[in-house]
Amino acid sequence: MMTEIMQVKEKNVKLHKKIEELSGEIVTLCEQCGICTTSCPMADEMDITPAGIMRLSQIGDEEVLKSKAIWICASCFTCTVRCPRGIDLAKVTEALRQITLRKNIDYIDFNDIKDELSQLPAIAVVSALRKFTG
Amino acid sequence: MKIGVYVCHCGGNISDVVDVEKVAEFASKQPDVTVVRSISHMCSESGQKAIIDDVNEYNLDRVVVAACSPQFQGETFKKAVSKAGLNPHMVVMANIREQSAWPHYEEPEKATEKAKILTAMAIEKIRRAKPVERETLKMGKNVLVIGGGIAGIQASLDLANAGFNVYLVEKKPSIGGHMAQLSRTFPTEDCASCILSPKMADVAENPNIHLMTYSEILEVSGSVGNFRVRILKKPKYVDEDKCTACNKCTEVCPVSVPDEFNLGMTMRKAIYLPSSVAVPHSHVIDEDACLGLRPLACGLCSEVCEANAINYDEMPQYVNLKVDTIIVATGFDIFNALLKPQYGYHKYRNVITALEMERIIVEMAEGHLIRDVGKDVAFIQCVGSRDAQVGNLYCSRICCMYATKLASLLKRADPSREVYVFYTDLRAYGKGFEEYYRTAQELGVKFIRGRPGELMEDPESHKVVVRVEDTLTRKIIEKEFDLVVLSVGLVPSEGTKEIAEILKLPRSSDGFIKEAHPKFRPVDTPVDGIFVAGTAQGPKDIPDTVAQASAAAARAMSLMNKGEYEMSPIKAFVDEGKCDGCGLCVDACPVDAIKVVNKAEVNVGICKGCGSCISSCPRDAIDLKIFSNDEIMAEIEMALKDKGKGEKRIIMFADDMCTYTLADGVGTAKLRYDSNVYIIRVPSSSRVTPNMMIRAFEMGADGIFLGECEEAVSPYPETLKVIEENVKKAREALRNAGIEEERIQYSPFVTVMFKKFVNLANKMVKIADKYGEIPEEKRRKLRVLEVVYDD
Repeated sequence: MMTEIMQVKEKNVKLHKKIEELSGEIVTLCEQCGICTTSCPMADEMDITPAGIMRLSQIGDEEVLKSKAIWICASCFTCTVRCPRGIDLAKVTEALRQITLRKNIDYIDFNDIKDELSQLPAIAVVSALRKFTG
Repeated sequence: MKIGVYVCHCGGNISDVVDVEKVAEFASKQPDVTVVRSISHMCSESGQKAIIDDVNEYNLDRVVVAACSPQFQGETFKKAVSKAGLNPHMVVMANIREQSAWPHYEEPEKATEKAKILTAMAIEKIRRAKPVERETLKMGKNVLVIGGGIAGIQASLDLANAGFNVYLVEKKPSIGGHMAQLSRTFPTEDCASCILSPKMADVAENPNIHLMTYSEILEVSGSVGNFRVRILKKPKYVDEDKCTACNKCTEVCPVSVPDEFNLGMTMRKAIYLPSSVAVPHSHVIDEDACLGLRPLACGLCSEVCEANAINYDEMPQYVNLKVDTIIVATGFDIFNALLKPQYGYHKYRNVITALEMERIIVEMAEGHLIRDVGKDVAFIQCVGSRDAQVGNLYCSRICCMYATKLASLLKRADPSREVYVFYTDLRAYGKGFEEYYRTAQELGVKFIRGRPGELMEDPESHKVVVRVEDTLTRKIIEKEFDLVVLSVGLVPSEGTKEIAEILKLPRSSDGFIKEAHPKFRPVDTPVDGIFVAGTAQGPKDIPDTVAQASAAAARAMSLMNKGEYEMSPIKAFVDEGKCDGCGLCVDACPVDAIKVVNKAEVNVGICKGCGSCISSCPRDAIDLKIFSNDEIMAEIEMALKDKGKGEKRIIMFADDMCTYTLADGVGTAKLRYDSNVYIIRVPSSSRVTPNMMIRAFEMGADGIFLGECEEAVSPYPETLKVIEENVKKAREALRNAGIEEERIQYSPFVTVMFKKFVNLANKMVKIADKYGEIPEEKRRKLRVLEVVYDD
């Protein structure tokens, strides 16, 4: 595998600004100590570590939006209470999810699951509505 | 009264823009002006001679020099008038260069008009000035050094060797501080107690040092040159002079308690030698642990003491001292690792602090194995430092290097050992530090960039699992260690907090003692005559501590050596005829310089001359020398006199330290701002009372601006609050008279905010333009709207 070269362009700057605007957090404060990663109960399942998410957010790398990690996040806030820089990482992750959600794309059609609806746990339906519809 | 006025050309700097002859002619028409001259270089030998000759020939008693900034040549002319036999304060400068010729160089006519008014302001100020006598304090050669760590030891030795009389007070039974506990010092790996103990012995032997260990400062009153100190000398129950430290008492003592010198990892007896290098080298009885005290139930130690040094009846002693200066060297405590419960300190048996590791290594070298270190050791950096979660945002500065040192020592002792340092940023900034870091890497110490979230203990083997993201490979790594060492940071010691309280020293946001100026007065505290050294001021290593201690000693010496101390003449004073002793000024004073005994009394040793007290007085009884109400009103009057119709005039009060210096800087850079802004120099804008502002509007001001130092660099504490309060009151009066409140503005400055200064000066004129002329009847209304105070 060759080393990938990322050209940092205007769109990356914009993405970084967007993340800060939506989250209300200053992501450039992150000093990349990695305490969030080792505190995260879901880190083992993630394709990008929480500290990695912060790093990509600083640069505005769009890879971060494609990551599964932001959806695996359980919003347990352990990272938030441990961050030595006082960054609310849960808010940053939520901002990243919002960027995708606000694209207004429905990933499931409600009519398709009409029949199963009564058998599905209510919480699963709520989650599905939240995550897979715009 | 006979005034001489001297208008300087400054070799064209002024005269190319300002018509100096017109200024001179205008000055000659002012009251009491006897002589007026315009001279090419006033600051030159011949310029100064002109003043001296005129004083002698015409019997002048006051002088005005219209030239450059008083911050630039003020001292020159004070000396000149002194030479002529006048009081040095009988000269005032009109700053027609930095405040007129330079910033208004494109408008020579306006610059000339402004120069005239600035000169008239100076003439009126000097007419109302009162001679101020030079006030000096007698200084003795007595210094109190609080804290007997390496900082206090170094400062004491420097002072004592220079012939000063030192009282060194230490809370613990021995001096030496934290340094005495350390194994080796980085980056040279000298044995810490080997290099420290000769210095400790020097303290004990120096005839100029009065060492008081096991003693606490109870109370300090007074001020520079006359601090009164009350000290509690706790009973040691062992006569320091008789004790030979033969240790027989310790051998027979039946009581064992945890030894604080070894951080509780070993036990000591109730009668004990504080450490093997203790100074004074004498045993001490721990009164909480001993069975022999009140009532006497044991007495074994006394029986074996051949020197007859033990006295169970010793009582606490109270010592009163009078000293001239104080050095605070109260040091640090290590961060309490229990505050990071996720690292399991005191829960997991194989998690310890770095200071405990130091003790283990020292004891090991002496042949005592306090505990097994095991094979694999991890260091976790930044525990309690750089951590918003515990409120310590600062870097403790020494942990990177002490961890590197401990890791190197462990690795060298057993090269088969795996030693890891988990860090966030590795800071090897000092002399020889980077090389030392390299040496550790050569030894095979592994530096991994990542901060562990929590530690887990294997319940059976009691090994500790460190799980960390290696942030450089983005892999989560896990490894089992026999021992985890927490590299705990430094926090202000309890003693530092207590002493700051007693001495009324401000502390910075990190909790350490604040210096008078972060750049230029790094070992002075804001209280005159009190200096700070070592980690009481902030985390630092041994060389920096020693350097700072010597600096503090030198600063104390330079204050005491002359035998007298010349105070700034700018001090608050009380008109006893007007004062009714209400005490409002006592609360207003930010440095507690005023007390009421029937009438208010100002302690000139403490007073810093900010003038914050003035606006608190309901009876106009307290005032400031050199910048008195009368003198400032004189300047305001002249700045507004003969204001033409449609003309706008803004009064800007500029504090000497920041805003005035900034205005000079703006002038020097020839940055233009509106020429209708007239600057009045004050020590702090907090001395500008609401009534002063109201009077100014009544007399024709179109706007008032108050500039003040930003809190962090201000020589006076809490002045911005006073300004805010005064502005509020003055604005209220304006509102009641139907005048726009916006015409009064204030702002903090530092001396480099050139753009901000220009913008705000111009903004004041714009506000005046926006609202237009203030009608005469509204101004008249202000006459009855003086701020009334409720007693």
